[in-house]
Amino acid sequence: MTATAAPLAEVAGSQTALRAFLHGLPGVDQVGAEQRAAGLATRSIKTTAKAWALDLAVRMIDLTTLEGADTPGKVRALCAKAQRPDPTDPTCPPVAAVCVYPALVPVAADALAGSGVHVASVATAFPAGQSPLPGRLTETAEAVAAGADEIDMVINRGAFLAGRYLEVYEEIAAVKQACGEAHLKVILETGELVTYDNVRRAAWLAILAGADVVKTSTGKVQPAATLPVTMVLLEAVRDARDVTGRQVGVKAAGGIRSAKDAIRYLVLVNEVAGAEWLDPAWFRFGASTLLNDLLMQRQRLATGHYSGPDYVTLD
Amino acid sequence: MPQFEYAPAPESRELASIQASYRLFIGGEFVDPTDGDVGKTVNPATEEVLAEVAEAGAADVDAAVRAARTAYEQVWGPMPGSERAKYLFRIARLIAERSRELAVLESLDNGKPIRESRDVDLPQVAAYFFYYAGWADKLPYAGFGPQPQPLGVAGQVIPWNFPLLMLAWKIAPALACGNTVVLKPAETTPLTALRFAEICQQADLPPGVVNIVTGAGETGAALVGHPGVDKLAFTGSTEVGKQIARRVAGTRKRLTLELGGKAANIVFDDAPVDQAVEGIVNGIFFNQGQVCCAGSRLLVQESVAEPLLAALRRRMATLRVGDPLDKNTDVGAVNSAAQLARITELAQAGAAEGAQPWSPPCQLPERGFWFAPTIFTGVTQAHRIAREEIFGPVLSVLTFRTPAEAVEKANNTPYGLSAGIWSEKGSRILSVADQLRAGVVWANTFNRFDPTSPFGGYRESGYGREGGRHGLEAYLAH
Repeated sequence: MTATAAPLAEVAGSQTALRAFLHGLPGVDQVGAEQRAAGLATRSIKTTAKAWALDLAVRMIDLTTLEGADTPGKVRALCAKAQRPDPTDPTCPPVAAVCVYPALVPVAADALAGSGVHVASVATAFPAGQSPLPGRLTETAEAVAAGADEIDMVINRGAFLAGRYLEVYEEIAAVKQACGEAHLKVILETGELVTYDNVRRAAWLAILAGADVVKTSTGKVQPAATLPVTMVLLEAVRDARDVTGRQVGVKAAGGIRSAKDAIRYLVLVNEVAGAEWLDPAWFRFGASTLLNDLLMQRQRLATGHYSGPDYVTLD
Repeated sequence: MPQFEYAPAPESRELASIQASYRLFIGGEFVDPTDGDVGKTVNPATEEVLAEVAEAGAADVDAAVRAARTAYEQVWGPMPGSERAKYLFRIARLIAERSRELAVLESLDNGKPIRESRDVDLPQVAAYFFYYAGWADKLPYAGFGPQPQPLGVAGQVIPWNFPLLMLAWKIAPALACGNTVVLKPAETTPLTALRFAEICQQADLPPGVVNIVTGAGETGAALVGHPGVDKLAFTGSTEVGKQIARRVAGTRKRLTLELGGKAANIVFDDAPVDQAVEGIVNGIFFNQGQVCCAGSRLLVQESVAEPLLAALRRRMATLRVGDPLDKNTDVGAVNSAAQLARITELAQAGAAEGAQPWSPPCQLPERGFWFAPTIFTGVTQAHRIAREEIFGPVLSVLTFRTPAEAVEKANNTPYGLSAGIWSEKGSRILSVADQLRAGVVWANTFNRFDPTSPFGGYRESGYGREGGRHGLEAYLAH
């Protein structure tokens, strides 16, 4: 925020300027940040507020399958669930997107055609990002061509941790270009960046390079999304909008399993970034097991008692 | 734009069963006052009368001091420290077990949000008893001589801002050292002290070790002036503290005073901005600003003042003001009509002297004692709001240009209780902390308490230390 002085266009002009900008960002005090996140997690969300939050959380989910064993059949099943998460309850909204590997994008695009549910794909050598750039760009372009309108890319953490910020910037910018019209979500893999100072710098780097969404994790590294890390991202997009005028979304991915947790994230969004971000366009959950708990909680609010895992679909 | 309206989530007030009237706790029994009057305690959030409470007269105070003396001479003083520790541990456990009930009662009587009484006050209260219970059998190793002895009967007068926590700060070290106590809670918040008396009974504490005399200033004066009291401990306003000091001067009574403050919260240009904003909010809006160590003067480096204040205003807009028993309330009610009048008077003085007030839009309840969180910008050292303790949710913002100027301004106050420093630079934190004349200096945090850490002030903020090993010294002869 104090780093507003430098004209942002020039920041990416050189490694030195970019480094000076990122290291000029205000620091994050770890103890204070974790205390604030823990404080917000004690908000007590009941009755009507809870019903509203559960529906919003459903609409924010990127339903994901990222396994070596993924098949067209599995993806089609997931797409069916994405459109009608709770077959017993037509008031249940669809999720935001289905996220698959690039090879399965055609299947998902076909299954979701006309439904309004987005097709997302992890590109750029997910989850490590450690392969040559031309291959990562090709992967991105092909996923988009096959029908993905959202791309989840991983950043080159090796380059970031080595301090080669300009290289990371240029890679993100190149992927953004390869995305064309598709939305670009940039996965920072915060568990590997370790410090909150790094997380804030990486978020700003991604925002400057053109990210539409900054995302915590691949879900393949522990720790994945945590409340404090997501809070730092929300602070970054909030401050960046004040400076650049451009609004960027946030996606919390990995490790969010319960409706209770999801509501805590929504409280964080509401009180840190602001109510403008309480929309599937600006905040997403990358969590698949979360959906079933949200559905069970919805059923409980509707009927007054808990059902069980057999009252929601497997996938 | 969607709105996340948090539905009300009130804590049940049924948990805190309140009697219609309360008596004095003397010699292990609840007794009728002999020459006292009767007062009322109200819920500051609604102005509803919660209960009638006895006001102890001179004869009642005398009875309490005599009961404490008997207990000191016959039971508590001679008891081995390891035995006293058992009682204190039992009390600590009972407080922890009954913490929900006590938190609700505290919020009803004081007006503070249940979030704070539940998450800050009660865990701290139990922690102070646990901590000093641990010292009871280790006094020879505390560094105050090989055989430190208790002083006798301690008269203790506590304020209304943290009724139960101040009780714990006073009673736990006194009992651990072998003293017996007569405690007078504030007249606006006596209920948790009386509930604590029940806990003493439940713990089978020998009669007379703890006596609670409720009442207002006259009761306190009777206790201060009683010749049977060996040691006095007072937490409250500087004005009353001075009166007590005058009265005690020349007697053999020992005295410790925890008085007012006007703490400087210093934000340097390299501070972690988001955490500094949290610290400023916590520094001044915690407990509605009714904290003697509140960070009521924000000293911010001029080069970052504008963005920092913008961030502070944005953060303040998310503060939820209202029903203290709602679990989502951040700022509750001011403790009394008198206190509200004082806050209002000083805030008006600030505006009249040319400082600019700002409050976030918030709907205050119609009944009860409420004051919206307020910041004053454009404040200078010459303004009354920069010098006098407001003891409410009102922050005065001043600016500085260099570390030396920050230190000068921070120290330019008759008080010296606490201070805060916000910077990412460790060497600056250490050098500035060294130069600040304040009993507690927090770095990159604010209003954090711990039983192991001593607390106390310089100059008009009083003398003596409470908490930690240092806190034992006030209750030991050596």
